[in-house]
Amino acid sequence: MVEGSDFLGIFNRLSEEERLVMQTVRDFVREQYLPVIREYHARGEFPMQFVPQLGELGLFGITVPEEYGGAGLSYFIYGLAMQELERGDSGLRSFASVQNSLVMYPIYRYGSEEQKKKWLPLLAGGEKIGCFGLTEPDHGSDPGAMETRAQKTDAGWLLNGAKMWITNGSIADVAVVWAKTDAGINGFLVEKGTAGFTANKIKGKFSLRASDTGELVFEDCEIPEENRLPLAKGLRAPLSCLNEARYGIAWGAIGAAMACYEEARDYALSRVQFGRPIAGFQLVQEKLVEMLTEITKGLLLNFQVGKLKDMGTAKHYHISMVKRNNVHQALQIARSARSILAANGITDEYQTIRHMLNLESVYTYEGTHDIHTLIIGESITGLSAFR
Amino acid sequence: MNIAVCVKQTPDTETRIKLTEDQKRVDESDINFILNPYDEFAVEQAVRLKEAHGGEVTVISLGPDRVKTAIRTALAMGGDRAIHLKTEKHPDDPLVTAKALASVLKEGNYDLILLGKQAIDDDHNQMPSILGALLDIPAVTVVIKLEVDGNKLTAEREIDGGHEILEFSMPAIIGAQRGLNEPRYPSLKGIMRAKKIQIEEREVATEPEQLKVESLQYPPPKSPGKIVGDSADAVPELLRLLHEEAKVL
Ligand SMILES: Cc1cc2nc3c(=O)[nH]c(=O)nc-3n(C[C@H](O)[C@H](O)[C@H](O)COP(=O)(O)OP(=O)(O)OC[C@H]3O[C@@H](n4cnc5c(N)ncnc54)[C@H](O)[C@@H]3O)c2cc1C
Repeated sequence: MVEGSDFLGIFNRLSEEERLVMQTVRDFVREQYLPVIREYHARGEFPMQFVPQLGELGLFGITVPEEYGGAGLSYFIYGLAMQELERGDSGLRSFASVQNSLVMYPIYRYGSEEQKKKWLPLLAGGEKIGCFGLTEPDHGSDPGAMETRAQKTDAGWLLNGAKMWITNGSIADVAVVWAKTDAGINGFLVEKGTAGFTANKIKGKFSLRASDTGELVFEDCEIPEENRLPLAKGLRAPLSCLNEARYGIAWGAIGAAMACYEEARDYALSRVQFGRPIAGFQLVQEKLVEMLTEITKGLLLNFQVGKLKDMGTAKHYHISMVKRNNVHQALQIARSARSILAANGITDEYQTIRHMLNLESVYTYEGTHDIHTLIIGESITGLSAFR
Repeated sequence: MNIAVCVKQTPDTETRIKLTEDQKRVDESDINFILNPYDEFAVEQAVRLKEAHGGEVTVISLGPDRVKTAIRTALAMGGDRAIHLKTEKHPDDPLVTAKALASVLKEGNYDLILLGKQAIDDDHNQMPSILGALLDIPAVTVVIKLEVDGNKLTAEREIDGGHEILEFSMPAIIGAQRGLNEPRYPSLKGIMRAKKIQIEEREVATEPEQLKVESLQYPPPKSPGKIVGDSADAVPELLRLLHEEAKVL
């Protein structure tokens, strides 16, 4: 019998240290995170007690050089870590995605030396938490139409506007906020407690409950010039950050899918109906086979795009393909696993429905499934279908 | 402090064990191997002592090539040096392993030798004690607390129905029990640091084994549970069954 989710022995290709990273994060999630996730999911909170430990493990700033407190590792290892975090919960992976790709990355790539020295070590250690504000109440898929504005003043900048659906929004110490200036879109580091800046937690979520999602409001918020990211010019800058995060999401989605598949397979082997384990019925086997085949294909996509990313040749549309495919498949797998668990599958006694609900967010954020279709479509036809 | 930690690579506790056809060994083809969980306590204690008192931690493991992964895990947790004693397989006879380890340990002049109280695969519980005899130094095992004061060691160990506190001096051997500490996870930086450490390989000529595994057997399948009743009325019957059938009372 083939155990686990690695049907083709794909992970046998990992180097010793890649395998160790995967195993370490998997152990951490299984031993520390899974025992409490149910409670935090029910409460609708991120388990903050893990933040220092995630920092100690080196899961923030995985690809950031060591001189800035990062781990200086490959994108491939970053991917493996995201996979294992999302095996726990999409909320856990989201936290790491934001800290790594949407906060540390823009500071590292577009920040001044002072900004890097000040923020990166604190963010790497988990002493400070960041968030990334691009989406607005009226502008999601089309962030270029944003209304948040930064007006130049003698002292610096005056920020006005609102950001919506911001992961870690209400718990962050620093927000990377994107706003229009007379010279196009710019990025600003807005610190918690800045006058005119408020953050509210969004309530009533049915998805990604164990993750903080907030709304950021700026009313004549004064930002000093030294908090502007000097090298970020235009919409390309925030989009480049999303590209980093999407790459990790593609790996993470497969982690969630593996968790669902493994739960469904074990359940099917032990659940007896009509006198035999339901895993013995052809219809159930077909579901399991579909799941494992898609997991295997998703893993292979991740391996290839991971290699491209480390070679520096991954294009944004390559990443669109892995994000689009893997999240879509993960969602299908979660639904299929839920159907195998049947009544038990609708309670939080099992993890599948939590993953299934989470993946609805993952399907939408970081570019919706349909937006990625258009990105890939444009790359192969040369014709943009956005407007 | 010059510390050695002897570690064994064992199958993951989550692994479904399959036996080879001759039923003499575990089929290794689909197995995920890990650092023996009791050895994690030993490594953690060694690294903490080094952090508090300075010195060096040498990780030593005997076995086939694959045990290097367990060595790397121990290094990633904070070990500084490593010696791999290469053999074709893990000997069945703990005495054979102990003799090979002892010869390396003698050379190293270690102040303290730490290891897990047992390996979770063969469960012999012998290594700390045999090493103590071979090296002629104190060996204290099933240790849940260890204090160091200069050359003096105080160890608390679990014994049947209670705890025992022992005092002895270095050099000494400690067999770690669960509870000694909370082992850290290897950090990503630790993993990369470990990657750069050269593992010293040594061929060892192991002695003939005096003890051989004749056969391994799967545990008997668990018999299904029995529900005696769902109210207080069932208590007398439950007590009777626990006493007469299960014989636990
Ligand atoms: C839990 C969660 C966390 C989030 N975290 C963050 C964060 O940290 N930072 C941040 O900035 N944002 C965040 N977001 C926002 C997320 O990125 C947006 O929700 C997403 O970009 C989609 O925007 P929208 O919801 O406004 O949908 P819309 O853009 O209004 O889209 C609605 C529908 O129309 C479709 N559509 C839109 N345009 C087209 C078109 N041209 N052609 C075809 N179909 C189209 C979309 O695919 C979608 O199905 C988060 C969202 C969620 C749910």
